[in-house]
Amino acid sequence: MFNLSEKNKKFLVPIVSVIAGFLVGAIIMLVWSYNPIQAYGSMFISALGNMNGIGETIREATPLIFTAIGFAIASSAGFFNIGLPGQAQAGWITAIWIALANPNLPKYILLPVCIIAGALAGAIVSGIAGVLRAYFGTNEVITTIMINYIVLYLCQYLMQQIMSPKLRVDMDATKAVSANGSLHLDWLSNCFGQSRINAGIFLALIALFCFWWLMRKTTTGFEIKAVGLNPLASQYAGMSAKKNIIVSMLLSGAFAGLGGVVQGLGTYQNYFTQTASLDIGWDGLSVALLGGGSALGILIAALLFSILKIGGLGMQTIAGIPYEIVSIVIAAIIFFIAINYVVGLLFSRKAAVKTPTDHYPTNNQTVTLGKEEQL
Amino acid sequence: METKTQNMIEMRHIVKDFNGFKANNDINLTLKRGEILALLGENGAGKSTLMQILSGLLAPTAGAILVRGKQVDIKDPNTAKALGIGMVHQHFMLASAFSVWENIILGDEPVKHGKLDVKAAHEKVTALSKRYGLAINLDAKVADITVAQQQRVEILKVLYRGAEILIFDEPTAVLTPQEITEFIKILKGLAAEGKAVILITHKLDEIKAVADRVTVIRAGQGIATLTVSDTTDNQLAEMMVGRHVNMKLDKSAAKIGQEVLHVSDLKVNEARGNLAVKDLSFNLHQGEILGLAGIDGNGQDELVEALTGLRRVKAGQVIIKGKNMTNKKVREITELGVSHIPADRQKFGLILPWSVADNMALQSYYHEPFSKHGIINFNAIHEHARKLIKQFDVHTTDENLPAGELSGGNQQKAIIARELDRNSDLIIAFQPTRGLDVGAIEYIHQQLLAQRAAGKAILLISYELDEIMQLSDRIAVLHDGQISGEVRPADTTDRELGLLMTGAKKEGR
Repeated sequence: MFNLSEKNKKFLVPIVSVIAGFLVGAIIMLVWSYNPIQAYGSMFISALGNMNGIGETIREATPLIFTAIGFAIASSAGFFNIGLPGQAQAGWITAIWIALANPNLPKYILLPVCIIAGALAGAIVSGIAGVLRAYFGTNEVITTIMINYIVLYLCQYLMQQIMSPKLRVDMDATKAVSANGSLHLDWLSNCFGQSRINAGIFLALIALFCFWWLMRKTTTGFEIKAVGLNPLASQYAGMSAKKNIIVSMLLSGAFAGLGGVVQGLGTYQNYFTQTASLDIGWDGLSVALLGGGSALGILIAALLFSILKIGGLGMQTIAGIPYEIVSIVIAAIIFFIAINYVVGLLFSRKAAVKTPTDHYPTNNQTVTLGKEEQL
Repeated sequence: METKTQNMIEMRHIVKDFNGFKANNDINLTLKRGEILALLGENGAGKSTLMQILSGLLAPTAGAILVRGKQVDIKDPNTAKALGIGMVHQHFMLASAFSVWENIILGDEPVKHGKLDVKAAHEKVTALSKRYGLAINLDAKVADITVAQQQRVEILKVLYRGAEILIFDEPTAVLTPQEITEFIKILKGLAAEGKAVILITHKLDEIKAVADRVTVIRAGQGIATLTVSDTTDNQLAEMMVGRHVNMKLDKSAAKIGQEVLHVSDLKVNEARGNLAVKDLSFNLHQGEILGLAGIDGNGQDELVEALTGLRRVKAGQVIIKGKNMTNKKVREITELGVSHIPADRQKFGLILPWSVADNMALQSYYHEPFSKHGIINFNAIHEHARKLIKQFDVHTTDENLPAGELSGGNQQKAIIARELDRNSDLIIAFQPTRGLDVGAIEYIHQQLLAQRAAGKAILLISYELDEIMQLSDRIAVLHDGQISGEVRPADTTDRELGLLMTGAKKEGR
């Protein structure tokens, strides 16, 4: 049986998952006659071996931190926000559009306006799913996934049909934002070997602190967690289920929107045609799960993910290993997290069956499951 | 061929010990072919434990089980199934998207050439349903049929698996009176076909109507086994609740004050939309404990949920401290000065993974000093918890321990500390001592009496007659969502209460 306390399990599960993921990746490489030690070596060297690599790794991690926070907030309240890609995309195009439309506004006005507008755009997109869930009981997994598609093609339409052609380079990309609307910092980029690292990382660290503070120190966080862990007890304590659904979804979408903002104003400096839902959305989900939903966990997991992604490029160039292998390693890690999650679930179910039910005819199976679900 | 008098089941000196608590303590039971045996007892008497042992879900601590005269070890539900023991649970286990016949064969499908043999399945199920008079449309979806029909599906499921011994766990709890009449016919039909039936119940009229013999269990012990035709309702009621135990509590004379709670013509639906509380009216004053006695499932849950704002009131009024609080929000009712000790402490009362401290602030975290402008002051929450832990003698390592790691009694003490500390004028205590040991029960009873002495109004809803008798100033008996009688503890007997609880109307005085 699992004799681990909840706290130890929270640490152990992601670590075991990561190690198991790396092992599976190594086995796959061996099967196709690549040298895993050389491959992993080149991965870490290219991601962390020079300032440019480190800068790119941090840059890659920046939006993931935001989207992971977004996922973690919703999941604390017991909701599975699959709409992170769409929410991030809404934040991205909104921030870019405003920056492009007002290139000469002073930086200290333009940048905050773009950032806030991007967060609002994400919140509006997730808020739709929140309202549908709160008032009509619509499953948020379905609605958020569908809204991803709506946002994906709506953004395309907005850029190609509504946006002034003067703001675009061609049908598939906008112009770059002016310096006043950019998160790029010369000194920072110079420090990290001309990489695309930008002020977004500072925003991400602030966001992590806000997230920690919100969940740990405020009544809002208290209620969100209560609803997620035991909806019945929170209702008993007079907390409003509707309010908490909507608040947590709005916050979730706002953070995901910010992920899109830093991707736009920081990494790319423009918006361009997206053919599929944003990776930063999906990866944020994995980062949140890997990080156990805690602020520190998310930071570490986001960096690890970025090492895999940036280092994966190095594996390709230095060790000649296809990028697909890297994808397999990442997939394997997520897979092992999911397995641990399922194993934990099975154990708690088995335990629930064997509890004496004569005294508690309504056994606490649902409560135990709820505990597992927050991961 | 086995004769009618053969013992299908013999359970000898069954003991089941849960960490020192004996849920079953030396119970004997015999069941003959073609017989309907009723198993009578209050909630928590040990009926379900005994049946879980018989169906392989629990292993007995001591004792022997004989099936058809041979000693057996029922180590899991599959063994029970192989021995021909089948249980029809109170809560049905059906796949609602599947049709009736699919549900019946599910897990035991006839297969031909690696494919489901639909024709054979249909034929077999049809034959069963004809033989036992269980008329039902086999192709209907389970989601579309009534509860009574779903129960028939459950019975057919058990018969399909070749059960000779059928256990019914409170089968009529979910049925309407007309459906119950039908169900009793089905039971008699099963017995006539040679099946042996165990009926778990606490409804005396049903036992009278259908059972041949009755085994009475009280507090884990077998009290007696009687032939139903030789017994009276009174006798059974007395055996079920036991004689009044004189655990005298120090109870001062009531100082009745102003009216705090006034409920008039209250109607509340249960989850499926049927009336669970039917035209209920009562009132409650300062310094008074009103005990609501009754058997589980007679509208208690719905009544408490309606009073505390957790469930919508369909008609009628709830007036608390002179204010109309009908269909108000939970928090408005709490804020007005209502404390609620819920029946299910783990499901409603606590957030188990959270610390004792956080749980003790569950009803007041949004107030100063626990929070200000939406920011929580954890120091205040912890200090408050330490004070309550001391004051209410909650046994815990410290206030940081997750509530889930406390014992049941201490979980309940933590809830009671939280609820009583708020100094509410109305305290709704629903099964406040469920599943607790004697010491904790006594402590909680004293706390409730102290609140009464302090002039609080207390609504005590309990399935334990002793508790009601000891604490209440007035007793109202709830049966089928209505008050079947109101008595004073001094002027009544357990026997009278037992009769009222089973629906006999109180004769006029």
